[in-house]
Amino acid sequence: MTRLLASRLLQVAITLAILSFAMFLLIGLMPGDPIDLAIAGDPRLTAEDAARLRALHGLDQPLLARYVAWATALLRGEFGFSRLFAQPVASIIGPALLSTLALLGAALLVAAAIGLALGMIAAARPRAAPFVDAIAILGQSAPTFWLGILLIILFAVTLGWLPAGGTSETGGLDAARFLPLPVATLAIANLAAYARHSAAALSHTLREPWVTAARARGNGEARLLLRHAFPNAAVPILQVAALDAGALVGGALITETLFARPGMGKLIYDAVMGNDTNLALVALLLVALVTMLATLAADVAQRALDPRLRDS
Amino acid sequence: MRLWLGLILIGGLALAGLAAPLAQHWLGVDPFAPDLFNRLGPPSASNPLGTDDLGRDLLLRLLHGARVSLAVGLATALTATVIGTAIGLLAAWRGGVVDAVLMRLADGLLALPALPVLVVLAAVDTGKIGLPRGEAASDIIRIVVILSLFGWVGVARLARAAALSILARDYVRAARALGASEARILLRHVAPNIAGPVAVATALSVAGAILAESTLSFLGLGIAPPAASWGNMLANAQDLVFSAPMAALWPGLAILMAVAGCTLVADGLRK
Repeated sequence: MTRLLASRLLQVAITLAILSFAMFLLIGLMPGDPIDLAIAGDPRLTAEDAARLRALHGLDQPLLARYVAWATALLRGEFGFSRLFAQPVASIIGPALLSTLALLGAALLVAAAIGLALGMIAAARPRAAPFVDAIAILGQSAPTFWLGILLIILFAVTLGWLPAGGTSETGGLDAARFLPLPVATLAIANLAAYARHSAAALSHTLREPWVTAARARGNGEARLLLRHAFPNAAVPILQVAALDAGALVGGALITETLFARPGMGKLIYDAVMGNDTNLALVALLLVALVTMLATLAADVAQRALDPRLRDS
Repeated sequence: MRLWLGLILIGGLALAGLAAPLAQHWLGVDPFAPDLFNRLGPPSASNPLGTDDLGRDLLLRLLHGARVSLAVGLATALTATVIGTAIGLLAAWRGGVVDAVLMRLADGLLALPALPVLVVLAAVDTGKIGLPRGEAASDIIRIVVILSLFGWVGVARLARAAALSILARDYVRAARALGASEARILLRHVAPNIAGPVAVATALSVAGAILAESTLSFLGLGIAPPAASWGNMLANAQDLVFSAPMAALWPGLAILMAVAGCTLVADGLRK
């Protein structure tokens, strides 16, 4: 277990290093730099000023040296400044990460609960399986942002029950009104995978001989499903959680942008749209790190639950 | 059954896309020219689905969007399949270090949250290196290149797994014993036998590419207006949810049909 953990963590570190290098290089190779932007914003800057500013900020250094300086600063915990928000990146990212984790956690709970329920229905009642299958395919195929727009039209425009987006200004209980629509959007987009995989895993487990043996001993169908089949199907379901971590984070970006909800996704989007390279890169690396750690956690949980996986 | 349902959906959309100039000629309106006297018009004889906030016909934009979405989907899937199959074959055939490096690369790409990376990639301004900006064709090429960077992974993993099992078969050993060259073994014996799983992966990557293109266009990073794409039509519709909620319905349904069609084809091929 320790060796596995160490090698996986090393892999995460290498992936992040390559990602950061590739992104830094790609953005750095493009013509134009922050000083060009500054010149465009202030016509009084002369060419000498520009050259001095470039030297001051180290922009006259070769790209590789700039990357090394930037990366070592990151490793020391110095995230630099955001051009867009005129604040240290560290102070912007903290609240955004918390907000996104709250959204992701809530959506994951709802998606897993509904997905598992659908999977159980499909496994316990084979005649209902095609309907669950259809729901899963539709859920997987509908674009997240379209689901969100439809929910806005229904609950914010037509019924007027919930706000169409944004965050609470008063806080407290009022803030709760802003959560249901984004959570529902993200949950609907992600429950299909849980439904499909839990249906497959449960119906496979229900055909095992020991389930037949338990049925012969007089256990009821509900008890068979919940007590006997479900714990054994939990491992493939956790695998979906691991595989879908990236999709969930991508969905959060769409949901946050659509509902104007502050969070890591919207932060990356705003930074990209506002030419704030440093903020975009730091936020992207952090999101990638969190995603990979979540995948790793789901893998470790699988091994903890299923002793058969531990040797491999 | 699923295969046919999926093919009918995709074929219908492809026909609709091909019929766009015909419908345009028939209705006699230009879907790219604003007509400010006809903003948010209701469905009528010359605008069967009504018009958007600039007075452009929604049906024709929807049909032109089908061309963009299917072109991006098919071009990305084709690129991803060619690169993915080549990498998968290479990894399975060479094994050892080559295999380990390529598959670790695939694992790394798979572990990343694709959309945030795509958003940052899509923001790299190709206008600065001399590519024409804001033209639909260069937008399409840019999106296809970006999506292919991620798209090959799924194909490569499936192709590698299938090729590994084929390479261990007796007929491959027999061909080798008969003196067949390695290239002949790979192209004549292995490639045709991994076509099944590769086809499934290709169908899935068409679905993924259409979804990703519409998402990027929705975010304003993909196909830019005035060119029509289902994603940028929905971005437009989001601003109008209070005045014209129906405008959001059709492009979303079109995306749903295209992606569900590809998923059904993939499901059907798997069986």
